[in-house]
Amino acid sequence: MKTPSTLNTPNTPNNSEFSEYNLMDEKTIKSPQNIVYQKPRLMNDIPMHYCPGCGHSIVHKLVAEILDEMGIEEKTIGVCPVGCAVFAYRYLDIDWIEAAHGRAPACASALKRLWPEHLVFTYQGDGDLACIGTGETIQTLNRGENITVIFINNAIYGMTGGQMAPTTLMGMKTSTCPYGRQADLHGFPLKISDIAATLEGTCYVTRQAENTVGNIARAKKAIRQAFENSLQGRGSSLVEIVSTCSAGWKMTPVQSNQWLAENMLPYYPLGDLKNIKD
Amino acid sequence: MQKDNDILLLKGNEAIAHAAIRYGYDGFFGYPITPQSEILETLALLKPWETTGMVVLQSESEVASINMIYAGGGSGKCVLTSSSSVGVSLMQEVIPYMAICEVPGLIVSVQRGGPGLGTIQPSQSDYRQATCGGGNGDYHTIVLAPCSVQESCNMVGLAKELMMKWRTPVIILSDGSIGQMMEKCILPPYTPRRTDEEIRRQCPWATNGLGLKGRKPNVMTSLELDQALMEKRNRELQKKYARIQQEEVRAEHYHTEDAETLIVAFGSAARISMGAIDNLRQQGHKVGLLRPVTLWPFPEKEILELASRMKRIVVVELNEGQMLRDVQWASQFRCPIEFIGHSGGVIITPDEITRKISEMGKL
Amino acid sequence: MKEEIIISGFGGQGVLSMGKILAYAGIIEGKEVTWMPSYGPEQRGGTANVTVILSDERITSPVLNTYDTAIVLNQPSLERFMPLVKPGGTLIYDPSSILTPPMRKDINVYSIEAMAEAARMKNGKVFNMLLLGGLIKVRPIVSVEDVVEGLHRTLPERHHHLIPMNEEAIRHGMEIIREENKA
Repeated sequence: MKTPSTLNTPNTPNNSEFSEYNLMDEKTIKSPQNIVYQKPRLMNDIPMHYCPGCGHSIVHKLVAEILDEMGIEEKTIGVCPVGCAVFAYRYLDIDWIEAAHGRAPACASALKRLWPEHLVFTYQGDGDLACIGTGETIQTLNRGENITVIFINNAIYGMTGGQMAPTTLMGMKTSTCPYGRQADLHGFPLKISDIAATLEGTCYVTRQAENTVGNIARAKKAIRQAFENSLQGRGSSLVEIVSTCSAGWKMTPVQSNQWLAENMLPYYPLGDLKNIKD
Repeated sequence: MQKDNDILLLKGNEAIAHAAIRYGYDGFFGYPITPQSEILETLALLKPWETTGMVVLQSESEVASINMIYAGGGSGKCVLTSSSSVGVSLMQEVIPYMAICEVPGLIVSVQRGGPGLGTIQPSQSDYRQATCGGGNGDYHTIVLAPCSVQESCNMVGLAKELMMKWRTPVIILSDGSIGQMMEKCILPPYTPRRTDEEIRRQCPWATNGLGLKGRKPNVMTSLELDQALMEKRNRELQKKYARIQQEEVRAEHYHTEDAETLIVAFGSAARISMGAIDNLRQQGHKVGLLRPVTLWPFPEKEILELASRMKRIVVVELNEGQMLRDVQWASQFRCPIEFIGHSGGVIITPDEITRKISEMGKL
Repeated sequence: MKEEIIISGFGGQGVLSMGKILAYAGIIEGKEVTWMPSYGPEQRGGTANVTVILSDERITSPVLNTYDTAIVLNQPSLERFMPLVKPGGTLIYDPSSILTPPMRKDINVYSIEAMAEAARMKNGKVFNMLLLGGLIKVRPIVSVEDVVEGLHRTLPERHHHLIPMNEEAIRHGMEIIREENKA
């Protein structure tokens, strides 16, 4: 790979387009006024285990950016799930506790009550949050614990190899419903955020997606609002992020983004399900 | 000097609640189940969140309770939960996480008759669940067995010391009779809860964000996909357990000096056995008692030493013979070993022990 | 000094709280005490009994086979616990709830019309205090003053205005207990 310093040689053609570039060495390029984009400070250099095109890496980056912007890492505790995001703690340089499968909301409840000034958030997938941990999810949100739940809904169990999730769409094929999800065999996809919105304890329930640049920007705004709610003690906030799992869906990342828009969003429409300010 | 109101008539369960507040615990998380609900009820009544700042939360299940303890302890706070037999079974999900992540925390187990829902009467049939590690993997928990209300109270303080010293879950293995029985209890003076700064200094490993700008992030996880690294963690844990076995064994002797027959019993069975020993000694039988106070680590050396000079050992338990195996193993069968027990919530009486030991005849 | 007592009757008669007040009086006098209830699913009207031990020494077994004193408040309790009173021990019963009076001659038997007296006083709540008064009259294991102090300690402050009435009932119980048999 060519770096700016190797390009900066006397042999470079004296072209007006290049001349300005030639004058910038690495130090200049990296100077604060010239930076238009950089890795968030709290995100480290450990290579992610996520598949190419996975939505988790995007949401991880959003969380890191927001924590950077808020500057509150010394009073933040993250709770990891069991699922693909089990290793979230490897990539974001904050303190994390790894919960048992589905129990992240119980962990977060205790943490927030014991550290009332802290930002406590969970980061969970659909199997973790809406299946094995449904009890903990509903009870925690219903108690109005001042925490944020970030919920990645990709309609499949990724880490274990593509099994049916509570949010798997009707007719969708997975390794445990190889002929497609059928109501009589498997029941229906669970809209847990809709349930969460009916609970007195929640102040903010929103459904976002990460398939387009615009949606990513909106998802970031939503997570930021949820974190602020948590710090201000307004009640529980749930941010569902409809995501892709290109490996589990057996598609390319680009196809996955299209499939998400065409199939996931009609059943899981985006927008705020509840937003009580103050 | 104790004030009058520090001496109270309390149930074993109530004493644990008072003790948790006074020893400076930061939080209690629990779910109702007979015969231990007085712990949560007493805490709710005493409202410690208004005085010491201790958190009290009725959780949605024992599964949630133990996860709350795991997270709370993992963040460096001093926390406890309580339950009874079937509820403690549910907690087995996360006790192994606490063991391998070296998370301090107290689990009060007020046993009732089992298996399954069983009865709500006293039992000691969760000895193995507590001492052998009821969950998955190679781990132990320190197990303390109180035999009175006062000891129930004191052990909440001892558990705090041990769990912080060794970074390990500690179980107080009580039962329905100790929990429901009222006795005179001298409550300890109030120990203030630790400040954030004290927690930061005492628990530099804790996941609470404190001081993050000057250190590496703390992560509490049991997951390690590399089997060699996982074994390394296990070996470290075993080294710690070996030290605990060296340093933390506790047992009480009752008339063992001149004894020819030794009863080995813990908790309520030990109290009842003491009554039987008083009767037997009046009848001229030289009987003594060894009461393991820590069930894990188990007083193996003391049992071996006593077995070498006893004519007989009688193990008395409110179960079908669980600690019996540990006594047999520890004694290396240097003398005959008999068993007297009841299960399912049936309580043994001093007369039954007296009669059965008398009937065992001369050796 | 060591006194092992069983109090047995129906749930709701104040059996457990009577034992508690007695135990508190014991604590005030510097004794070791143990209060061991029978317990079951929460239920009114079921049988309830409590073993109370007061002792100058450490109390070993809280579970007993025989008793120095039994207070029985219904026929099943009489049948169950009369045989368990130690020879020379004490049995106290309320005749209004007993069909066949106790026949043992080797124990001291006392009757106390506590239920009838409480009805006459139009105050069912003093029933157990009348019994407690009777007990400490015939077995002076604790003083009236310390029982009253025990009431102060066990009752929530909002009920302290009821203490004089209870004290009166205790003293009245001391008067109405009758000796039926001397061992």
